[in-house]
Amino acid sequence: MSTAETNKPATTGIGAHLGSHLRENGMMLALVAIVLFFFVIVRATQGVDFLSAQNITNLFLQNSYVIIMALGMLLVIVAGHIDLSVGSVAAFTGAVASVLMVRMGLPVLVVIPIVLVVGGLIGAAQGYWIAYWRIPSFIVTLAGMLVFRGLTLWLLGGQNIGPFERSFQALSTGFIPDLFGPDKPNFTALILVAVAAAAIVWTGVRARAREAEFGITPEPAGFFWARNAVVVVALLFVGWKLASFRGLPNVLLVMSVLIVLYAFFTESTTTGRRIYALGGNEKAAKLSGIKTERLVFFTFVNMGVLASLAGMIVTARLNSATPKAGVGFELDVIAAVFIGGASMSGGVGRIIGVVVGALIMGVMNNGMSIMGIGIDYQQVIKGLVLLAAVIFDVYNKNKQG
Amino acid sequence: MTAILEMQGITKTFPGVKALSNVNLSVREGEIHAICGENGAGKSTLMKVLSGVYPHGSYDGEILYDGKPARFRDIRDSEQAGIVIIHQELALVPLLSVAENLFLGNEVATGGVINWPLAYQKTETLLKKVGLTEAPTTKVEKLGVGKQQLVEIAKALAKNVRLLILDEPTAALQENDSQKLLDLMLELKGQGVTQIIISHKLNEIRRVADRVTVIRDGSTVSTLDRSEITEDRIIRDMVGRDMAHRYPDRTPRIGEVLMEVRNWSVMHPDQPRQVIRDVSMTVRKGEIVGIAGLMGSGRTEFAMSLFGRSYGRDIRGEVSLAGGTPDLSTVSKAIDAGLAYVTEDRKALGLILDEPILRNISLANLEGVAKGAVLSRGREQQVAEKYRKAMNIRTPSVFQRVVNLSGGNQQKVVLSKWLFTDPKVLILDEPTRGIDVGAKFEIYNIMNELAAQGHGVVMISSEMPELLGMCDRIYVMNEGRIAGELTREQASQERIMALILQDGMKGEAA
Repeated sequence: MSTAETNKPATTGIGAHLGSHLRENGMMLALVAIVLFFFVIVRATQGVDFLSAQNITNLFLQNSYVIIMALGMLLVIVAGHIDLSVGSVAAFTGAVASVLMVRMGLPVLVVIPIVLVVGGLIGAAQGYWIAYWRIPSFIVTLAGMLVFRGLTLWLLGGQNIGPFERSFQALSTGFIPDLFGPDKPNFTALILVAVAAAAIVWTGVRARAREAEFGITPEPAGFFWARNAVVVVALLFVGWKLASFRGLPNVLLVMSVLIVLYAFFTESTTTGRRIYALGGNEKAAKLSGIKTERLVFFTFVNMGVLASLAGMIVTARLNSATPKAGVGFELDVIAAVFIGGASMSGGVGRIIGVVVGALIMGVMNNGMSIMGIGIDYQQVIKGLVLLAAVIFDVYNKNKQG
Repeated sequence: MTAILEMQGITKTFPGVKALSNVNLSVREGEIHAICGENGAGKSTLMKVLSGVYPHGSYDGEILYDGKPARFRDIRDSEQAGIVIIHQELALVPLLSVAENLFLGNEVATGGVINWPLAYQKTETLLKKVGLTEAPTTKVEKLGVGKQQLVEIAKALAKNVRLLILDEPTAALQENDSQKLLDLMLELKGQGVTQIIISHKLNEIRRVADRVTVIRDGSTVSTLDRSEITEDRIIRDMVGRDMAHRYPDRTPRIGEVLMEVRNWSVMHPDQPRQVIRDVSMTVRKGEIVGIAGLMGSGRTEFAMSLFGRSYGRDIRGEVSLAGGTPDLSTVSKAIDAGLAYVTEDRKALGLILDEPILRNISLANLEGVAKGAVLSRGREQQVAEKYRKAMNIRTPSVFQRVVNLSGGNQQKVVLSKWLFTDPKVLILDEPTRGIDVGAKFEIYNIMNELAAQGHGVVMISSEMPELLGMCDRIYVMNEGRIAGELTREQASQERIMALILQDGMKGEAA
């Protein structure tokens, strides 16, 4: 007999809405606040423009691989597991790519799919034990972390392999060419960003209309438009800055497409929903006809593919495969997912949260580096931010009862 | 007899909700006092106020203990005064020994060093008091639920309990363990331990209670003396209306055979023994078929092995369903074939507690709310609203997380989930366990309606009156076999028990 069963009053109004979406809105506000903080501080202390076109471009180049892997990690964590091997897998697949290209001279367009398949096979090899033998993912992927780091060293013979041809480097450091000629600003970039902004608003409006049709109480109109205005202004600002520099980085495009795909997959497809159900209560999901083993297996295969993509991006950016590539990536990625609101016990977490979580980490890395804060303090601060974000979650959950 | 406990005008408010309003409870020294009420009536809240979970100052009203005002700040406070509460969910550490559990937080130690010989000696004395002969070093996980319950009581005795509160102590126990527990309660009463028992089971209350206080909607309705205790009276006070019939009327219209199981045999998943032996049964259209049997008789194992081989290995036997031979090799195939299974443990196996109602309802048939692989939220909500109305799920919105619902409403969500898969045969395993009288009646109505629509309904239950009141036919299971089959006219509690006992003797002779 719980007291909670006595009906809670239906929540309405802006206050209630803010409350129920406290987490996501809070994260967005935190990101904006952190950006503004660095903007002011960096200008005051270093006399540098934190939001310069070059630095914004750098931010995306530096963080794309974390965001890409975090998309896969979210699925793994929502399913109730963890993957500690992603850093080593990224290094290993980057090494495989370099061997295929530099030593064996295979063309880039052949190498990329091969490496993605290798990543998928690595994910399958780990996921098999986790899904079908029920060996804890922490242990399997801890083993994988060691195994693939070792294999990277073996494959590279302890040396760096590089450089690569331009077309492979373009994966990370290339920009989308301007169809309207080389004049500044870059019109292609501006148009793409404007289209993206319009698409975001349009899907939002459509979702609202559909909700109204089905009688769901929608988010208060004022709030909806205010939030969209912030997002659109931020997007256009970033777009303008990028356009006045070198245009849209290729990675940014790849990353954006993946974000949209994964957001759609997790929120609007039957398979995505089943992963949440599996993480929420595996036994109940199984007795509802959900093939839980297969889903767990899939999340690890998917993680492997994304890790290999990230591995290639990192390798392309460094323009060489190195034995030390990707050390500690797993921690950045996992931290981004938890800052983004996922729950350790599974079943909870959203793509948008993860992206914002990864950006918060990325902006802090970048800002603190510009300010010349030592790596020692940086680690301490990042650790405390992670802890604070999770404490905030738990506190909120307890308050809800 | 003097009152050991007087709770006067207790009012407890949660944000937006008045959980208790001016409750009075008077317990006499040395009696067994039962508290009855529907789920949500406020029984557990009242006990939490008494035991200090809700500290003094967080409620209005006065508690007099031994005639003196008591102001407990926490559980330790109340335990020092000799008030011990045993919750529904047992608070034992499974991997620790009985002795370690008995003195957990209260170790037999000097200066932090445990005196094991003395602890074991004390443990043996305490275990003897509750009728256990286990060694003090036995790990708690090795004991059955019934014995664990007795260990909990021994733990209370170790704290020199004067007022023992048992919150639904027999909910998870089978018949003979329940009887032992009730005997022990009477014995403790003989030794002068005052007891409060919260229970849904009216026959138990009649057996042990000296007086009953009925609570409804957070207020005291009545306190009855032993001579006034009748099931009808208690039910009337609990529900606030006369319940002439505990089981709704129904005129069965039984059609052709819908499902037939022949020679079903199942091995234990990891021990070399047979759990189900040659079970055969039929279910007809529009029929409610009961499966009776003690706990451990294989009822749940049978149902789960049938439902997509969710239990056991080396499963053999034939099934025909609606004229065909269905593929039941996985849960999703069993669902497609028209089978649905409502588990006995709805929280652990039936629901995703942290997810909202609508997501739980669509879970077993996501295709039904999707176009291709893409979910339609609107459709999902419409489906949930439909079942909310049809099942009378009491909730402000289908976006409410199911963890916030009462047991009865949770069960309605589970039933909705399975009805949405459009099953031909529904197997309901203990569908009314832990549900209050009013909600039980609603679940019975739903079952009758399903049968009237031409579904086949299989009801597994430990409560014989429920089987007798609801079923057209009852199979009696024992040790994995069908011990007999009774029609509605033939069935009685005595005949069911007789079949079980006779089968048990056969088993021993063989």
